Amino acid sequence: MTFLRQMLTVAAKDLRSEIRTKEAINASLSFALVILLLFSFAFDPTSETTREMSGGLLWLAFAFAGVLILNRSFARELPNDCLDMLNASPVPAAALFLGKALANYALLLAIEAICLPVFGVFYNVTWTTHPGQLALVLLLATWGMTVVGTVFSALTVNLRLREIMLPMLMYPVLIPCLMAAMRLSTILIDGQPITGDDVAWLRLLIGFDIIFTSLAVILIDTVLIG
Amino acid sequence: MSALAVDGVWKFYGDYPALRDIRFTVEPGQCTALLGRNGAGKTTLIRILAGLSRPTRGVVRLFGTDGVERRTRAQVGIIGHGIGIYDELSAYENLKLFAELYALPGAARVAGEWLERTGLDRVKDGLVREFSRGMRQRLAVARAFLHQPRLLLLDEPFTALDDRAIALLQGLLRGALAEGRTVLMSTHQLREALELATHVVLINRGRMAHAGVRTPEMLADPGYLYRVHGEA
Repeated sequence: MTFLRQMLTVAAKDLRSEIRTKEAINASLSFALVILLLFSFAFDPTSETTREMSGGLLWLAFAFAGVLILNRSFARELPNDCLDMLNASPVPAAALFLGKALANYALLLAIEAICLPVFGVFYNVTWTTHPGQLALVLLLATWGMTVVGTVFSALTVNLRLREIMLPMLMYPVLIPCLMAAMRLSTILIDGQPITGDDVAWLRLLIGFDIIFTSLAVILIDTVLIG
Repeated sequence: MSALAVDGVWKFYGDYPALRDIRFTVEPGQCTALLGRNGAGKTTLIRILAGLSRPTRGVVRLFGTDGVERRTRAQVGIIGHGIGIYDELSAYENLKLFAELYALPGAARVAGEWLERTGLDRVKDGLVREFSRGMRQRLAVARAFLHQPRLLLLDEPFTALDDRAIALLQGLLRGALAEGRTVLMSTHQLREALELATHVVLINRGRMAHAGVRTPEMLADPGYLYRVHGEA
């Protein structure tokens, strides 16, 4: 119970800080919208090819914009040595990590919720045909992205080049998650439900989330204290 | 059982030994001044004691348990080089946050009480980034004391404090010692530290130069300790 409360306390603190400063969310949202806009200029929105790659475009925008949110996650703790005080507190490293991951997850989902209708308009696609399945894909893939990004955010927090190191470390690990998300989103945006062989991609997302969440919870103490 | 036992602690940064075979104990209720010149290894040692860094070799035990264990950390209060509070939160939100992280019952009440004790209750809803340096320091002191820690680890606690914050911290430390709590503080302000200290540990270039009771000679002449033990 204490673990859960401490986790939610950390999440609430991060969200409150972000809502007050709007540092990451403004940058991330603007970046996502700009990418979607530029892609819409680069590809003809009426062509079938664009429809076939729509899932890829969408997740590229989410992944690029997401890294701006994730970068701030632990960097926010650096002024006044706040990270030291969190590490010195009795909060388990796993609770600290999951609290931060929850806050990042909420912020990423908020960005995605704003970008999705914009994406529909720019690319002339209907993404509301299977809203439940699309929501499931978004929730699963975003959690995968959040978990990996939050761990690497902790790992790179003390590096001077952390803004560069985070995406360099994070994107290769995210390849399976992004591949599944892109494939499934393309199917759903095309108006088809997820059935048959495509369910394997959904299983891949679930497996990715379970494996990387478990690894993160096990390793985070070593990542934070060394 | 010692409040703090440091047994053969070494810390290497690359090939450089920042700490070499440090050994001492601090008994409950003692106030120990951890002294040494700049670069002696005081902050490194305090970070290890606080569980923020692992020793390369050796063992640290707090109240007979592994100092790295998070359960043990609930009994430790820390003032480090940074104030450890969030600029974008209010004074009240900061203290309530730490009270909740330390799982204190009645976190809101505890936060309110400490705001009052530190004279910050009138600005409790003000964001910390708008506070003066002195106010921020008093808030940091409240943050370190609010969970009534059995052991206080203070790294240069008097540095850059204004008069009011120094008086507050000295009062709180005297109160904590009167209640039998244990204090270990590193400092360059020898006079303030030696007035409170019952014991002294001197580190010289990563090696322990002296550990023992604070004597009247040290209090009368703070430079005495360095002259006798510190320049080897």
